[in-house]
Amino acid sequence: MEQLQKIGVPLAAIIAFLAIWEFIVWVNGWPNYVMASPSDLPAAYAKFWNLFLVMGWQTLWRTILGLAIAVLFGTLLGMVMGFSKIARDALYPLLVGFNAIPKATLVPVLALLFIGQHDFNTVLMAFLISFFPIAVSVGIGLSTLEPEYRDILRALGASRFTIFRKIALPKTLPEFFGALKVAVTLAFIGTNLVEIVSPHGRGLGALFKSGETNGDYPLMFAVLIALAFLGIVLYYGVVALEKIFAGWAERPAS
Amino acid sequence: MQNLIDIKGVTHAYKTKHGPLPVLDNLNLAVPEGEFAAVVGPSGCGKSTLTRLVAGLMKPDRGEVWLHGELVKSPRKTVGMAFQNPVMLEWRTILENVILPLEIVAPTMPKAQKEARAVALLEMVGLKGFETKRPSELSGGMRQRASLCRAIVHKPDVLIMDEPFGALDNFTREDLWQTMRDLRAKEPFTCVLITHDLRESVFLGDQVIVLSGRPAHTQYVLNVDLPADRTIDILYEPKAVEMLHLLRDQIRIAQGRDGDIH
Ligand SMILES: Nc1ncnc2c1ncn2[C@@H]1O[C@H](COP(=O)(O)OP(=O)(O)OP(=O)(O)O)[C@@H](O)[C@H]1O
Ligand SMILES: [Mg+2]
Repeated sequence: MEQLQKIGVPLAAIIAFLAIWEFIVWVNGWPNYVMASPSDLPAAYAKFWNLFLVMGWQTLWRTILGLAIAVLFGTLLGMVMGFSKIARDALYPLLVGFNAIPKATLVPVLALLFIGQHDFNTVLMAFLISFFPIAVSVGIGLSTLEPEYRDILRALGASRFTIFRKIALPKTLPEFFGALKVAVTLAFIGTNLVEIVSPHGRGLGALFKSGETNGDYPLMFAVLIALAFLGIVLYYGVVALEKIFAGWAERPAS
Repeated sequence: MQNLIDIKGVTHAYKTKHGPLPVLDNLNLAVPEGEFAAVVGPSGCGKSTLTRLVAGLMKPDRGEVWLHGELVKSPRKTVGMAFQNPVMLEWRTILENVILPLEIVAPTMPKAQKEARAVALLEMVGLKGFETKRPSELSGGMRQRASLCRAIVHKPDVLIMDEPFGALDNFTREDLWQTMRDLRAKEPFTCVLITHDLRESVFLGDQVIVLSGRPAHTQYVLNVDLPADRTIDILYEPKAVEMLHLLRDQIRIAQGRDGDIH
């Protein structure tokens, strides 16, 4: 019953969403070039299914690779900021400033810096856009660790590294995963941004662009839905990891 | 007999925004091997500071702390600590929490052996069957019991406890006093217990040290010559009642209120 509810409720919500969409398009009598309706999409998928698979995979792996680098770099940066107040004071304004730059402005900069390296540019953007929340959450998690927690092991003469591995790291995992959920969405946006904006791109973003240039509106909407689907897959991938590694933080509902 | 814990003329001040805050002033304390010292004193007089100094987590400005005939300069593996707040690692089960010190002190000990030791301790404090539970599934008193097990799992020769039963209700507290007494009978250790409960200090202590108000020095030492296998009832016997009265008066003096008795 519970399992049914877990799957059934969101499924019903999606079906309701599609029905309302179909209904609005039908009531307004919009033609395809204003707004495609869900019933136009299967045809688009059937026609371009191999493109969807290839492009979807490109978008997926570049997002994941960018995110993985962001996790490594963000965690390291967060550790530095968490353990050293000087590093924190020095890096914070820089990081906030960097994060405030609209990432779209970076696309041409990257494109000029690394001409033609489309894969590299895309991964780099996914990384640049997503490491910030990870670094901040790890940094805050470590710097706000209650001294009592540290003292349990420090009183036994444990090294700083042991304390980090056995106490600080696991204790910050829930915050880390909270940040990772934000980061995965950001990385996905970063990937698509480069795919759409840069000429001769690849991935779903480029497929969207080609739909636009060819006036194939059902294709554009089909890409949007595919992106939403991939986004959901990525997000719930993180949720699954969270369940495995930080499931202890989840309190039973009361 | 050699004093296992010897605190000689310890003086310490915290640096604060408003200048140094003297907390301990020429404090002396000696605990022979296997004995139990209960430390009482007014709130904020420096009791927790004292535990941190004995554990080697901090260095005193002046004076010396000796454990086992060695000058304490940094934390030692042979010390066990229990805090007022039974800090449990939420991501570990109760059993894994109790094992934690062994992972630091005896990293080569086989896992089965570590677990056997922890299981035996948990049974002793009445937590049999809770090994695989998470800390959040236990009551405060049960967590405190588990924290006691963690403090002694590596067989420390010195156990330092900072108001471990402070947050508990009276019945649970008396229960844990008896658990402490039984643990001590099975595995002797030398103990410093900080408490604000005079009955607790008399029930558990071989000596009760009264600290003065801040900055704290040793104001009074009471030898508790009651039998080792005490029951709670003993606290209602004339001898114990007399001690409690005496300690009460000492605390009043420490609080600087000796004028307004009665
Ligand atoms: N890290 C610190 N920095 C500055 N002052 C401190 C620090 N730790 C404690 N103090 C101050 O030192 C004094 C003694 O603190 P301590 O915690 O040792 O007292 P205590 O006797 O344990 O008190 P309580 O009975 O309330 O637990 C207090 O006035 C406290 O404000
Ligand atoms: Mg205290």
